[in-house]
Amino acid sequence: MTSKSVESRSEATVLFAGDSGDGMQLTGTQFTMATAHAMNDLATLPDFPAEIRAPIGTTYGVSGFQLKFGSTNIRTPGDEVDLLVAMNPAALKVNVDRVRVGGTILVNSNAFDKRNFELAKMDSNPLSDGSLDKYVVIQIELTRLTREALADSKLNQKEIDRSKNMFALGLALWMYSRPVQPAMDWIKKKFAKQPDIRDANLHLLNKGIHYGETTDAFAFQIEIEPAKLPTGKYRAIQGIEALAMGLVAAGQKSGLGIFYGSYPITPASDLLHALSRYKNYDVMTMQTEDEIAAIGTAIGASFGGKIGVTGTSGPGLALKTEGLGLALMLELPLVVVHVMRGGPSTGLPTKTEQSDLLQALYSRNGDSPLPILAASTAGDCFETAYEACRIAVKYMTPVIVLADGFLANGAEPWLIPNPDDLADFDVQFARKKNGVIDGKEVYLPYKRDEKTLSRPWAIPGTTGLTHRIGGLEKEHETGNVSYDGENHQLMTDIRHDKVQRVNQEVKPLEIFGDQSGDVLLVGWGSTRGSIEAAVARTRNAGHKVGAVHLRYVSPLPLDLPEIAGKFKKLIVPELNNGQLVKLLRAEYLLPFEPFCKVKGQPFRASEIEDKILEEIG
Amino acid sequence: MTDKEKNTPEDGARKPKLPPGMVPRSPKMPPGIASKTAAAKTPASAASASKTTSASSGRTKPGTAKPPGKRPGLPPSKKMPPAGGDGATSELKYTRADFSSDQDVRWCPGCGDYAVLATTQRLMPELGVRPEDTVFISGIGCSSRFPYYMNTYGMHSIHGRAPAFATGLKASRPDLDVWVITGDGDALSIGGNHLIHLMRRNVNLQILLFNNQIYGLTKGQYSPTSEVGKVTKSTPFGSVDHPFNPSAVVLGADATFVARTMDRDPKHMKSILMQAHAHTGTGFVEVYQNCNIFNDGAFFEYTEKTSKAERTIFIETGKPLVYENGTKGLRLNGLEMESLDLESGNYSVDDCLVYDDASRDLAGVMSRLFWKENMPQPFGVFYREERDTYDQLLHDQVSDVLKKRGPGSIEDLLHSGDTWTIE
Repeated sequence: MTSKSVESRSEATVLFAGDSGDGMQLTGTQFTMATAHAMNDLATLPDFPAEIRAPIGTTYGVSGFQLKFGSTNIRTPGDEVDLLVAMNPAALKVNVDRVRVGGTILVNSNAFDKRNFELAKMDSNPLSDGSLDKYVVIQIELTRLTREALADSKLNQKEIDRSKNMFALGLALWMYSRPVQPAMDWIKKKFAKQPDIRDANLHLLNKGIHYGETTDAFAFQIEIEPAKLPTGKYRAIQGIEALAMGLVAAGQKSGLGIFYGSYPITPASDLLHALSRYKNYDVMTMQTEDEIAAIGTAIGASFGGKIGVTGTSGPGLALKTEGLGLALMLELPLVVVHVMRGGPSTGLPTKTEQSDLLQALYSRNGDSPLPILAASTAGDCFETAYEACRIAVKYMTPVIVLADGFLANGAEPWLIPNPDDLADFDVQFARKKNGVIDGKEVYLPYKRDEKTLSRPWAIPGTTGLTHRIGGLEKEHETGNVSYDGENHQLMTDIRHDKVQRVNQEVKPLEIFGDQSGDVLLVGWGSTRGSIEAAVARTRNAGHKVGAVHLRYVSPLPLDLPEIAGKFKKLIVPELNNGQLVKLLRAEYLLPFEPFCKVKGQPFRASEIEDKILEEIG
Repeated sequence: MTDKEKNTPEDGARKPKLPPGMVPRSPKMPPGIASKTAAAKTPASAASASKTTSASSGRTKPGTAKPPGKRPGLPPSKKMPPAGGDGATSELKYTRADFSSDQDVRWCPGCGDYAVLATTQRLMPELGVRPEDTVFISGIGCSSRFPYYMNTYGMHSIHGRAPAFATGLKASRPDLDVWVITGDGDALSIGGNHLIHLMRRNVNLQILLFNNQIYGLTKGQYSPTSEVGKVTKSTPFGSVDHPFNPSAVVLGADATFVARTMDRDPKHMKSILMQAHAHTGTGFVEVYQNCNIFNDGAFFEYTEKTSKAERTIFIETGKPLVYENGTKGLRLNGLEMESLDLESGNYSVDDCLVYDDASRDLAGVMSRLFWKENMPQPFGVFYREERDTYDQLLHDQVSDVLKKRGPGSIEDLLHSGDTWTIE
């Protein structure tokens, strides 16, 4: 295909950046699919503004898609970028600091004009002022080449200019020796009914490849060997899709089906989009009038015998707190998927953060404990969502699943699990009266299971078991309204202990890296990749470092103190101002130290690496 | 709930017994420890019996959903499997007692809520529904204690949100007969949003709005239906809030069944509730209900003998609008109602408007006879329309998708989209 030489590398990081209307997310996604087909391991970081079409040419309108891929285990979307594709000066300005010294910057030189410098608030042309001397800069007249390539097309000027990302995609695919077929197949399918657009895109994709092959600007192609991943069938998966699939799988395996009530909110809306396509999988979805109705409909469905699920982000969880309190008082199964984003208030809707942990734990009135699970990778989202449903039903409790924007939007190759390997999920509705009062057989809706402290689930329609539940305190066993102090103490204790009993389900923590040593990192949620990458690097440098990652943040694991005792220093990296660390210190009375960042971006592995080295001294 | 409510404070503190497997908590023990020891005694083992759902039967399966126009099916064979206990009768011969729970009713003596409860309990056996297929869902407030007193399934939910819980339940279980109980504060203040969305969706259920024009449970603040100038604890100088007109609100939200009745006319109430139940879609019934503690007599001009005839008009489709024992009538003058004196010799009953509850315009005019000094207050069914219900449409859509794509499996789900194999 090409006469140019090929250089082999073990990994690479590519970042596509442009205006939010430049199609950078699409370009990144297609590059990701091609990379998955090349059998590399990979991790992605889509990063876009909250505005749908932010003002053109501005720095705050820049949308980016970063992707790291390689032949080795890829844990993060990459700290330093090898190739930055910048569609305009603003995209360059925002992202240039991420490019490693000696890295390549590919720019659309047609966009580097006075107008765009003004929009990006740049005093001089970076292509000529020497500021990019430490990088390899490749200037391509992307706009002109696109217009020329589509001179005979029926598309109008605006449509033509908007297609230039396909040229860039073709070129990037060529640069990294990626297969082009997946992108071509996608274009053919996507624009099957718009042949003009389809043909223009296919033409430009090929033009990009030809440009790489024939132009002197590129001396060689880069090749990255397939990763040595475990054998089996794979697919690329985004966290949000994996969450949806985990829920659907739980509905199928239990035979209960899923009812998903939700109100649109970024970034959780994609869960509603995903689930609403699964109507033939015993999934019912409802877009409600607000966040409160969303949780209300889900609880109503749970009362009727479905797995009621709702999802939200940011301030949406605040609106659901009263419903959550009711669900835990009713002791009905409910799963709330909370995709965290930058806060407080509306905050940074499209940026990632882990700052809703304490809200998830404590936002309700009264002593109101519930299990909280945090997913750690895109693939782990599947297992976590499934597990949350199983726990919710088995323990008759609301469960919160914490994910975040980075996890939801990021993608990775995923070894498709065998459905038979999913944990058992058998459900037994109550059918019979379960107690005797004054010599009469009765149904006691709050009689406890010995092992789980769970109450029976009698659904409407069941003869003989009519009963009423509500938010008022319940009398132990009968479920009657009770204002008695002793009873309230007992019920409060039971609700607490029931959540603690969930520890029966929790697997022992596994230490990544050294089993004892100088520094132990304790993480939760989406920081797993960065933490483990930092542990691997510092261990390679000869340090004794380990890490544990919590899936359950409530109840907290029982075996953490023992593990903590094997390390000299305990660091808790998290994307908030120090939330898990507070819990750990309060629960275990051990000197956990915070390591925090709230910049709307995931940790770079190097940031954690530096922290470890600083602690070791 | 089959036990007497024993734990009132007056009963004294009873030491509750611990649930099996739970150890008493020592105040000194750190949280988590007690349960850890308890858990250790009962190691985890997945010990549930076989799954019950698919076999559990009575649920309306997609594809077998009932056509619009039918109430949830009554044949007992289509219902949930009989469980042990008080044997289900196949003839559906129930009495008021079958629908009355054993809980002490705790409304204030003399409260109008008693009349609504009694009427509902008397009505249920006539509807041909089984207690176990009936669900009452309420919000918060005096009236929202209602479900505790019905021997059906019930949920006393959170303030203003009962329509949301009921919608989720009915959407997923269309085989159930669902009733929402709410009040003027619950439905029109904190829950206003859910009320209007329930109406536009036309979920197949009944909603009873107990309007007493006051906040009772919080001890007497003005409500969104209180009149301007209302002096209450929170408005010592009189309320300046313009009140809601409930029937106009729901008509504005495209309700398909709108009616008004009163606590002191049980016969009329029963007839209205029965019609609301027979309606396929959301049956909205506003009940004028006296709060004899905080707003006594709010509706006496409509409910008491001395003024009822003059101040009320009972409307019925196909019948002329006459009131005050046939001495007065109503007719349209432009878009307004005007009162006719049928004894003056100038008008007869033939001049009065014959009511038609299929007319949205007439319903609008009728709903606006509201706090008009010289006009009677209408009671009865204002509006009735057949429109597809939300729950039905939702199930039809699922059936369509199922028909087109066939039922999905976990295997299909996981392998959908682009896959590749590493060997």
